[in-house]
Amino acid sequence: MTAESKIELLTSESRAEIDRWVAKYPEEWKQSASMAALRIAQEQNGGWLTNDLMDAVAEYLDMDPIAVYEVASFYSMYELEPVGRHKISVCTNISCQLCGADDVVSHLKKRLGIDLGETTADGRITLKEVECLGACGGAPMFQIGRDYHENLTPEKIDELLEKLD
Amino acid sequence: MVNIEINGKTIQAREGSMLIEAADEAGITIPRFCYHKKLSVAANCRMCLVEVEKAPKPMPACATPVTEGMKVFTKSGKALDAQRAVMEFLLINHPLDCPICDQGGECELQEMAMGYGQDISRFSEKKRVVKDKNIGPLISTDMTRCIHCTRCVRFGQELAGIRELGATGRGEHMEIGTFIEKSVDSEISGNVIDLCPVGALTSKPFRYSARPWELTEHDSIAPHDCLGSNIVIETRRSRVMRVLPKENESINEVWLSDRDRFSYESVNSDQRLLSPMIKVKDRWEETDWNTALEHVAARMNETIGQAGSELGTLVSPSATLEELYLAQKLSRGLGSHNVDHRLRQEDFRDQDIAPVFPYLGQPISELETLDAALLIGSNIRKEQPLAALRLRKAVLNGARLMVVNPIDYDFNFPLSIKEIGSTSAMVHHLAGIAKSLLHLTGEQAPEGLDNLLVNVDSNDNHLAIAEHLKSSEKASVLLGNLCQASDRFADLRALAGLIAQLSGSRLGYLSEGANASGAWLSGAVPHRGCAGQTLAEGGLNAMEMMASPRKAYFLVGIEPELDMNQPAQATRALQQAELVVALSVFDSPALRDQADVLLPVTPFTETSGTYVNVAGQWQSFNGAVESPGEARPAWKVLRVLGNFFKLDGFDYLSSEQVRDEIRQQCEGIEADALSPWRCPDSVANDDGLSRIGETPMYAIDGLTRRATALQQTRDAVDAAVYMNPAQAASLGLQDGNQVTVRQGGEMAELPVCFDERIPERNVYIPTGLAATATLGAGFGPVELHKNI
Ligand code: SF4
Ligand code: FES
Ligand code: FES
Repeated sequence: MTAESKIELLTSESRAEIDRWVAKYPEEWKQSASMAALRIAQEQNGGWLTNDLMDAVAEYLDMDPIAVYEVASFYSMYELEPVGRHKISVCTNISCQLCGADDVVSHLKKRLGIDLGETTADGRITLKEVECLGACGGAPMFQIGRDYHENLTPEKIDELLEKLD
Repeated sequence: MVNIEINGKTIQAREGSMLIEAADEAGITIPRFCYHKKLSVAANCRMCLVEVEKAPKPMPACATPVTEGMKVFTKSGKALDAQRAVMEFLLINHPLDCPICDQGGECELQEMAMGYGQDISRFSEKKRVVKDKNIGPLISTDMTRCIHCTRCVRFGQELAGIRELGATGRGEHMEIGTFIEKSVDSEISGNVIDLCPVGALTSKPFRYSARPWELTEHDSIAPHDCLGSNIVIETRRSRVMRVLPKENESINEVWLSDRDRFSYESVNSDQRLLSPMIKVKDRWEETDWNTALEHVAARMNETIGQAGSELGTLVSPSATLEELYLAQKLSRGLGSHNVDHRLRQEDFRDQDIAPVFPYLGQPISELETLDAALLIGSNIRKEQPLAALRLRKAVLNGARLMVVNPIDYDFNFPLSIKEIGSTSAMVHHLAGIAKSLLHLTGEQAPEGLDNLLVNVDSNDNHLAIAEHLKSSEKASVLLGNLCQASDRFADLRALAGLIAQLSGSRLGYLSEGANASGAWLSGAVPHRGCAGQTLAEGGLNAMEMMASPRKAYFLVGIEPELDMNQPAQATRALQQAELVVALSVFDSPALRDQADVLLPVTPFTETSGTYVNVAGQWQSFNGAVESPGEARPAWKVLRVLGNFFKLDGFDYLSSEQVRDEIRQQCEGIEADALSPWRCPDSVANDDGLSRIGETPMYAIDGLTRRATALQQTRDAVDAAVYMNPAQAASLGLQDGNQVTVRQGGEMAELPVCFDERIPERNVYIPTGLAATATLGAGFGPVELHKNI
């Protein structure tokens, strides 16, 4: 009555990459690689994690599935629902807020026609509010995909949006 | 020991202990939510803040170790301020709806709020709301009430060994739950209800049925497994409302298995037998006790006359000591030694050398201090859930647990070595281990074994098991329920005893039912009297009584077609008997079919009695509620029956008197699980397709079988033929196929169900279920034919 294995849901490339992370930690602390493994699984799946993928990560790292769900639901960089091709993560934490994060958000909302936490109808862009990304010196800032963009102004934002496919 | 001072009082505390433990021991209360003495320290609620001299800020008492000369103030202005502030924060998101909360009246938060809370909330913003989760039939959730103490999460991880609940999300959005829709399936899951300090996790069967202050508490003993967990039965008027654990460090600590906690539902069932009944020309008529007992005496004398051996008496292994004793006394008074409680046993070859009672070989608490243990034929998690908890602790402390089992059970701790196979394979494995030990110790094989061992090759596992047992300071060889029910019990027992002796381990039993120890001690076996005294002449055992049918039977607290090893045979024997008198808690169509007289007796909640647990602890209890209708405690019925038969020595005034009579005879008995050597008949591993007849944990007795909530859990196993896919393929079968199961002349039609845990050449067909009641022995050869 053992449940079906879900490990196969991770591609062999993903598994090879996870192995690299596992190797960095002591053998009995495989779970230390859970954050990296979740990121890898997420990338493999177009930017978001399914329950099955999280189960696969749990199985691969010998963890209880709930422990993986805890990690995945705690950190804002993991997506548990489908996202657009590009993900804009706007920091609204204190430094950014003082330097005009609200304007950044309202500008983005107007330009994209969506609210925070939503994706444009064409599946192009997801807009997301996040906490401090450690770039307070360049506040206000956001992140598109993996790239940081600082000292934002409406013009700069428009320019960046233009460039997205 | 270090000296500390709390509120000006000097106390001694164990070095390394936390302040809160020292305070608890000294009887000084510090408020708390997340701290629990049986769980790891999480220090996340901050309710236990106290003032410590020289510390700039208040310190959490649950996470501050004591140090020499420490001065602590739990009620100073600073401490109280901190505690009040924490309370205010906790109440920010907690609903203030105690009147409609099921925890009301026994809520730790409610109590603390009375002590430390303010009358008025300064919080006027929106409160958090969390969706409730469906986590199964036993536990209700109101997750908005959760205060995130994580006791339930830690219990799953640290004690239950399956982490099913977790804290997902972050900050304001953190939620306790399973994340995905899923039931909590642990066999000890109900403990989180006690642990949860608020009304987030409550008992589903008990929900909204009573307030704690309406309930009366009665101490009692749980009636399902050989540990005899201490319980509190809570009643309102004459109804059992719920069962809770009662702390007893030597037995159940503070825990309770779900079976012991939720089985009470069936004592309130509408299937209770409420009045004596007599079958007159195939029609059942209600009658009064006097008429019924007179009828029993007259008909019995008529039926068996002077031939006492025409009577067979079968008693449940979960009957009380007093019931077992009086049943055998009555039977023997009528001239019959045919009395037995070993209903599921199949192999009686070595019963003459069995120990005086099936002893664990050690106190229950010592299971957690073992360095190594070999479990033989045991699904301990489901058979004795709280003993499994002790073994799990031992394993987490580095003990090696090894098993020789017929099914590859899922243990919630790592096993060092496992050998899985049919019962004959199990015998073969034990022979291999014994051979390794003989080799290691250079000892002589006991009589007759040499010849058998010639054809046994001990493998690496056998050698490793032998070495681990031998090199461990505290090791135990434990015989589980499956071992004792199996067709090769005598051979397994002999080899297990030898292994224990050679390796310097303790042999122990994990016996069936709640009172197998009491049954042996009271003489409810055909070949021995009370206190294990040998009889000149024995009687028939449970199986023989059915194989060569008697004219008359007494059934005490059993449902033969579900409780006996050969249910089909038992049913036939009873149907053709001239007189079957059943003392039963429940009425059932099957009993009406088998019996001629039905006498309503009471379950554990309505009688006084005694259980002797597997460690030899005698525990007596009293009834908690009045019995419904005409039901009477079985010991009283048996005692009065003695009078109706005009037998001597049936004049007891109380169950205590009966117990004391047994106690006196048992004076001076030394518990010892070891038996003298008896050479196995064979150690070959050569059987064909065989049945493994485990009894699922919620099918072991009439009470659990009728406990509605337990029957909805995943441990309520469906009747089917379970086998691994490879085995199925070799038989040309697929998952879901209907097959006809044959054991000699007995048969049943069942679906095939794939189950990877079953070894080859074996199928698992549960016993104790209506759909398998037409089958034969629990263990032994079986044939399958695909239905077209
Ligand atoms: S559900 Fe109860 S035990 Fe679990 S974290 Fe919440 S308050 Fe604590
Ligand atoms: S507050 Fe926005 S990056 Fe730190
Ligand atoms: S009891 Fe100490 S922090 Fe919760």
